[in-house]
Amino acid sequence: MCLALPTRIEEKRDGDEALVNLGGVRKLISIALVPEAQVGDHVIVHVGHAIGLLDPQEAERTLAMFAEVALTAAATPTGAAT
Amino acid sequence: MKYVDEFRDGDIARQIAARIHAEARADRVYRFMEFCGGHTHALSRYGVTELLPPQVQMIHGPGCPVCVLPIGRIDLAIELALHRGAIVCTYGDTMRVPASQGLSLIKAKARGGDIRMVYSAADALKLAQATPDREVVFFAIGFETTTPPTALVVQQADRLGVQNFSVLCCHVLTPAAVTHILAAPDAQRDGRVELDGFVGPAHVSIVIGSQPYVPFAEGWHQPVVIAGFEPLDVMQAILMLIRQVNEGRAEVENEFTRAVTPHGNLAAQRLMDEVFEVRDSFEWRGLGEVPHSALKLRERYAAFDAERRFDLHYQPVPDHKACECGAILRGVKRPTDCKLFGTVCTPDNPMGSCMVSSEGACSAEYAYGHARRIPIHAA
Amino acid sequence: MATRPRYIRPLDFKAGRIDMSHGAGGRASAQLIEELFMPAFANEWLAQGHDGATFAPPPELAQGGQLVMATDAHVVSPIFFPGGDLGCLSVHGTINDVAMSGARPLYLSASFIIEEGYPLSDLRRLVQSMAQASHEAGVPIITGDTKVVEQGKGDGVFISTTGVGVTYPGLRIDGRQAQPGDVVFVSGTLGDHGVAVLSQRESLAFETTICSDTAALHTLVADLVAAAGPGLHVLRDPTRGGLATTLNEIAQQSGCGIHIDERALPVAPEVEAACELLGLDPLYVANEGKLIAICAPQAAARVQEALLAHPLGRGAQRIGEVVADAQCFVQMRTRFGGTRMVDWLTGEQLPRIC
Repeated sequence: MCLALPTRIEEKRDGDEALVNLGGVRKLISIALVPEAQVGDHVIVHVGHAIGLLDPQEAERTLAMFAEVALTAAATPTGAAT
Repeated sequence: MKYVDEFRDGDIARQIAARIHAEARADRVYRFMEFCGGHTHALSRYGVTELLPPQVQMIHGPGCPVCVLPIGRIDLAIELALHRGAIVCTYGDTMRVPASQGLSLIKAKARGGDIRMVYSAADALKLAQATPDREVVFFAIGFETTTPPTALVVQQADRLGVQNFSVLCCHVLTPAAVTHILAAPDAQRDGRVELDGFVGPAHVSIVIGSQPYVPFAEGWHQPVVIAGFEPLDVMQAILMLIRQVNEGRAEVENEFTRAVTPHGNLAAQRLMDEVFEVRDSFEWRGLGEVPHSALKLRERYAAFDAERRFDLHYQPVPDHKACECGAILRGVKRPTDCKLFGTVCTPDNPMGSCMVSSEGACSAEYAYGHARRIPIHAA
Repeated sequence: MATRPRYIRPLDFKAGRIDMSHGAGGRASAQLIEELFMPAFANEWLAQGHDGATFAPPPELAQGGQLVMATDAHVVSPIFFPGGDLGCLSVHGTINDVAMSGARPLYLSASFIIEEGYPLSDLRRLVQSMAQASHEAGVPIITGDTKVVEQGKGDGVFISTTGVGVTYPGLRIDGRQAQPGDVVFVSGTLGDHGVAVLSQRESLAFETTICSDTAALHTLVADLVAAAGPGLHVLRDPTRGGLATTLNEIAQQSGCGIHIDERALPVAPEVEAACELLGLDPLYVANEGKLIAICAPQAAARVQEALLAHPLGRGAQRIGEVVADAQCFVQMRTRFGGTRMVDWLTGEQLPRIC
């Protein structure tokens, strides 16, 4: 519910730390709460900690769902001002 | 930014908006409560509210941990800094919240209180290790997203035998707050709650999973859609809620499948359970005493509990008589219903927490809401 | 020629530190000036060794130009950051303040308040940086002062600079000149300086290649004046409080509203990412080498051309227009096609968790 962002793990370091990358900015964070995370994975980071893994397949599925909604919207005349 | 930018696409947003316009029935109103400061922020920042038809109304719930933090708790933090010589470490969000005697953490700092802003709980522990002759207290606020990091730090302090570190624990629980809103007398009319559904919090749900919301769907017949943090997520969730309402369903649906699972982050939950236990009751600003809604440190970690360490006694402090934060937090009033809004209470001079936090309903309304009252010329 | 006092040994720039005697006005002060400031700033005024500097009136005065004076105190922390330091920042900042009044900067003064114990090596680094900035800009530092405060009473160094300039004759460029219909430009990417400085703050430590954009903008201003003449209405550099605060100031002063388009705002991807991570809005983050130019619509094409042709204006974008609005609101059309208010900054923007 708070400010958290998906970042890519670039390197794992000692003591549950990892270097993550968001849009070119790198930060050292803790992955103690997501011990299964690997280099290349995306984790959601909040207050310097990874709190969960991002599932790339689900991400694609969600984007596809948006696109499908968008297609339906384009095909259906709504008569509503947007 | 991967997995961020795609979820902010303006073209897709307009198309989802068109769908919402098409499917929202004209003969009824839809009142949805979003329970996450991040969602409030997304709605305002991207102007999502303007893309919605007028009969779809978004109500800001008490999803901002700063907004629900009672004055009395901030007073304790200020007391520690000004009178007990402790270095108090806090997240930036709480610095400006007005407390008693015209003080806030930032004002107490100006008066000589050693108050430091930190980005993470780990920073507070590092500071304690670097200054062994000073007491360092971490002001721990936040919902279940922010709690596991605090738990980690307490365990680490214990393992390392740090003698001068403690936590002022004000962590609160999401499901308890939702129950409280649904059960509140003024939220109901003729025995039915005047809310049509909830947009479930994004990041809290990563930690606790989607299961905990099932009682709201089943017991209270409230549709719940857990939504990701980005504007497209929120819009999609609103569409899903409209569909549930139209179809007479009340289920827990998950729009944020890329990060939320039914059971959540078990490692984080185990950790929270090891370090914290549920308080019998805790005062929420604007909601009063809410049972089983907050956490305190377990006996095993008593040495790291600032309340026990410093023998602190919580004193409830009532809000300004005319301040409507409570009703606003419960979604039964709007910022503009408050007499103080925009007159005495402004972002520069906040009377209540809804105005201080950038996710607070009043702050968002003040900052972004003016535009809605100005005629917008279509592009 | 005055006899120079004899110093027992030269200043130790490797390991030496500032102490109270350097601010006392006696031999130690004189040595500091002679061995550090004078060689670095190297100009005829300082060489004269007077307390004040005299200079002839600039030719523009005879053509109707007016004198401009601007002052700024610089307290940035940390003192050294990617892309710059307190020294060059203090030179650029005041040159820019003068330039934004539609003026050609002429001279600078610099006063230093130094904390006892501050390393001479760092002080020299700062002074040399100031000297380089001043020489490159062609605006000499002709007078100055040094004081030393006890340890604990200062944050290392504070530098205050004052600048004197003369306006381009025939032009009135100030915050009150914006009119409905005017076009709003920004000279380049937003938020670079603020992010560069924040990246050095210990508790927020993140790695980024973002550097401060600190720069002297007076030659860019000269080009804009030459290109647009009286069509140029407002110039301002969006420093503390960022673009949003500066636009609100101008809107208030001119009694108009301003509408900008989010899609037109130039923000470097790394700055955007850093702001996301910290919960900051680039609209409110400081810039130190950018300007806002507001001009009449007929002058817009020439202003855009002049901006893009100058090294400091390569990233320039047209971002919006001035509108009639009695409430002087600054509003932004979001990527979503919605509209959002862009209000003044409240207090200091603090990184947030939620």
